[in-house]
Amino acid sequence: MREKATTLYIGPQHPGITGNMMVKVKVEGDTIVEARTEVGYLHRAFEKLQERRNWLQSFTLLCRFCVPEPDPVEESYARAVEMLEGRQVPERAKYIRVLMLELARMGSYLLWYGGQNGSLGLYTMGQWSVGDRNYILDLFEELTGGRVYHMYIWPGGVRRDLPEGFADKVLRTMDYFEKRLKDYDDLMFENTIFQKRTQGVGVIPKEKAVEWGVVGPVLRGCGIRSDIRIDDPYEVYDKLDFEVPTAEGGDIWARALVRRQEIRQSIRIIRQVIEKMPAGDYYNRIPNPHKWALPKGDAYARTEATRGEVGMYIVSDGSTRPRRTHFRGAAYVHAVSLLEKILVGENVADISAIMNSLGTCPPEIER
Amino acid sequence: MSFFDLNGTLKPLTALKQFGKKPHTISYPKESKEAADRYRGLHYNNLEECIGCGNCSTICQNAAIDMIHIEGIEGKKGDSGLRPRVDNGRCCWCALCVEVCPTGSLSLTKDYIFVSENPDDFLWIPGVDNPGGKENISFYSTKEISLNDFQRVPMPELEGKERVKSFAEVVLGYNEEQARAEASRCISCGICTEVCPDHMHIPEYINAIASGNDADAVRIIYDNNPLPEMCGKVCTRRCEEVCAIATRGEAVAIRWLKRYATETAATADITREIVNPEIREPNGKTVGIIGAGPSGLTAAYYLALRGYDVTIYEANAKAGGATMYGIPKYRFPIESLDKQIDYIQSIGVKIHFNTKVGKDISFKEIYDKYDAVFMGVGFPDAWPLGVEGDDAEGSMQAFRFLYMINSGEKVDIGDKVVVVGGGNVAIDAARVSRRLGAEVTILYRRRVEDMPADWEEIEGAEDEGVNIVPQGIPVKIHKDENGRVKAVEYLKAEMVPDDKGGRPRPKPIEGSNTIIEATAVMAAIGQMGDYSFLPEEFTEKIKIERGRFVVNEKQQTGDPKVFAGGDAVNRTADAISAIADGFRACKAIDEMLSKK
Repeated sequence: MREKATTLYIGPQHPGITGNMMVKVKVEGDTIVEARTEVGYLHRAFEKLQERRNWLQSFTLLCRFCVPEPDPVEESYARAVEMLEGRQVPERAKYIRVLMLELARMGSYLLWYGGQNGSLGLYTMGQWSVGDRNYILDLFEELTGGRVYHMYIWPGGVRRDLPEGFADKVLRTMDYFEKRLKDYDDLMFENTIFQKRTQGVGVIPKEKAVEWGVVGPVLRGCGIRSDIRIDDPYEVYDKLDFEVPTAEGGDIWARALVRRQEIRQSIRIIRQVIEKMPAGDYYNRIPNPHKWALPKGDAYARTEATRGEVGMYIVSDGSTRPRRTHFRGAAYVHAVSLLEKILVGENVADISAIMNSLGTCPPEIER
Repeated sequence: MSFFDLNGTLKPLTALKQFGKKPHTISYPKESKEAADRYRGLHYNNLEECIGCGNCSTICQNAAIDMIHIEGIEGKKGDSGLRPRVDNGRCCWCALCVEVCPTGSLSLTKDYIFVSENPDDFLWIPGVDNPGGKENISFYSTKEISLNDFQRVPMPELEGKERVKSFAEVVLGYNEEQARAEASRCISCGICTEVCPDHMHIPEYINAIASGNDADAVRIIYDNNPLPEMCGKVCTRRCEEVCAIATRGEAVAIRWLKRYATETAATADITREIVNPEIREPNGKTVGIIGAGPSGLTAAYYLALRGYDVTIYEANAKAGGATMYGIPKYRFPIESLDKQIDYIQSIGVKIHFNTKVGKDISFKEIYDKYDAVFMGVGFPDAWPLGVEGDDAEGSMQAFRFLYMINSGEKVDIGDKVVVVGGGNVAIDAARVSRRLGAEVTILYRRRVEDMPADWEEIEGAEDEGVNIVPQGIPVKIHKDENGRVKAVEYLKAEMVPDDKGGRPRPKPIEGSNTIIEATAVMAAIGQMGDYSFLPEEFTEKIKIERGRFVVNEKQQTGDPKVFAGGDAVNRTADAISAIADGFRACKAIDEMLSKK
């Protein structure tokens, strides 16, 4: 006998939802029979706002697309502008950008540790990882002047060179994390509760993953090796030695394993970057921003973020402002259409865990 | 995996080993967290360095910065007198304001905590409300980092050795690409507009050039200047002195950009086509103008556009006044002037050449014939040197020398010329003499850096091999047996501080007499007016004080019907001031006559 379905509204204000959005689920007992996502609480019309700002002013909006990991958005925009204009970026700047992007990846994953475990009631882990993330934020603060909104990677290079002694500080921080990550494993991956709550939960079928437009660590958690850093290398990723980890299963557990490995790969990349970074210019200065016009045309640049591919498409009519910009983020695919599919058949208590495992970022969905 | 997994149950308990470890966090306010050396915190503004250009306010897209008057800071030349006020409730600390600040006065500090119950308290005037911020500056922009373009696009010029061979124009002008690049440096602050005597719409026409609309630029320029190509070549450009970019770099080449724009209109006809001026129906009123110099031409052009019947009386064979006869042709070629005069005539301005008022026609006749009279008579005479031997053959006034050369006459200057003075006329006379094949020495009372001449002119003269002798005061001109100049004797001078706080004064050193051989001596120590054309019945009303007409702010003399402008009125004695006078007079005449 079918039980009568009940409708539950989860969000938009809910600690398990990483931002402001709502998931409307129909449940029979504890089991979800239908899920609908509802967004619209965070729309700030960034793409429209960019049209009335000049090419430089646009750049200060970008970090707000996704607060936990703003740098890939800045990177995509900067690279799209550079493509369109044919502006060269100094080699050193490319290394500094990779350093930023990988630090941002670590910072974002550390926040994810907190969210993923918090959604399962394992709060200690979150306090540790978010505390440790502050060491990354300290590095950001020293390099860029801001802890969260860095506004650092801009067209032509980066805003400032590394401060004195910064490289050593980065290496010391990496040493710390290499030791520290062991503690995380004990608390999280070795933990029976975590294992039981994540294995076989939120499964994305491997054969459907590509069709559904899944990207980034979520796709790699389905056993498919795909990473823009390897497939379509930008900056200096082709000169660096690193692996792209995958895991089989397509469940929360597999995605967690991928992220666990990626943090280690990031540390590996950062060490190489510090070692190989050449001396020289860090910035190929743009002209006076008020009169800086880009040639007519369009460009798309994409960057591998912790959520997957984030890309910026810009159209110029030859003036000092974008005619149109469009941002392509992974969160939209993962947390709207994909989430609606894979929630069906899951338990209500796992909604938050599944959302966290998909790298849900509502501010990025809406922009 | 069994339901009960011993390892998986015990491993998390290893977290207990963290007990007693130092926490990551700090306990504020017991401990304070110092921000990083590059932290982007609250603003600080160095009020002395700031010139109130407002570029910070323009770049800010949060509308967090507005420019306001604050007590104790007055606007002056090159300073709008405004200072930025930051709304810390809107600011997002992106620091673009810092990156674009041309002076480098604005910066962000390490301070990041500010608490108040009153929302108005979050409106800050950096530097006034947080004077202590100076000690905490963390995010700032140096000249190297700044987003301002401090380097000017170099102007192509003839080589010094080539130049002295002919009177060919020295400055070659920007090409399109160079002009766009140079125009793109402008930040449109408008501080230049304020000091331009004519208040030309500088940021607007530079914007037009930067965005590729040269025709727009020409139209904007003709809005209040009918002789822009002249200004584009020889203007004294006070605008560039105050350019915000010049506080840490090279000023935007405003003059060269104007030159570029006007040169895109190659002939008078094309100019007419581009400017496409609206000429009003004749209103039946007449204006007589004495002197076809910059002020007279300007008044004539704008009055003609407003429907007046305008007639100019010019003593010389060509129009342009001092810009025709005083400025050498390598700076301002005659075709360039002719083009502009042709255009002005094409809209209906009548010019009677070779008609000297006071000789060929009386002032009274003009006064009676027209509804209003404008006098732009200039300073046609030059001061003599006034030293012993001044009367020798070959001793002359530089201004007169330039007049004769520009009129196509021959002047015998021999092969060794000494020019006395440090202004533009001195430099012009020296460079012309070089082109006539003479060795030239400029003798100037003060130091080279004190010379009132344009620095580009001084450099140009040096490139062409002119020898500058600073701190030299001429005392005697030696003659040979035929009464010709043989040598110039001068005293060396030392600079002594001025008691009244002015610039240092030269003091002759006794017994330092030095002699330079010379075949000609040119005095370039100033010009004066000639007002003999005015009958006595008029000089009662039209007052002349210290060699100049006395006028009110509308360029009106004591006789309400008579207006005056140009060198015979204002002390700055440059073309752009004359143009401004003419424009002001036009508005006043229009106002007066349209009331009748």
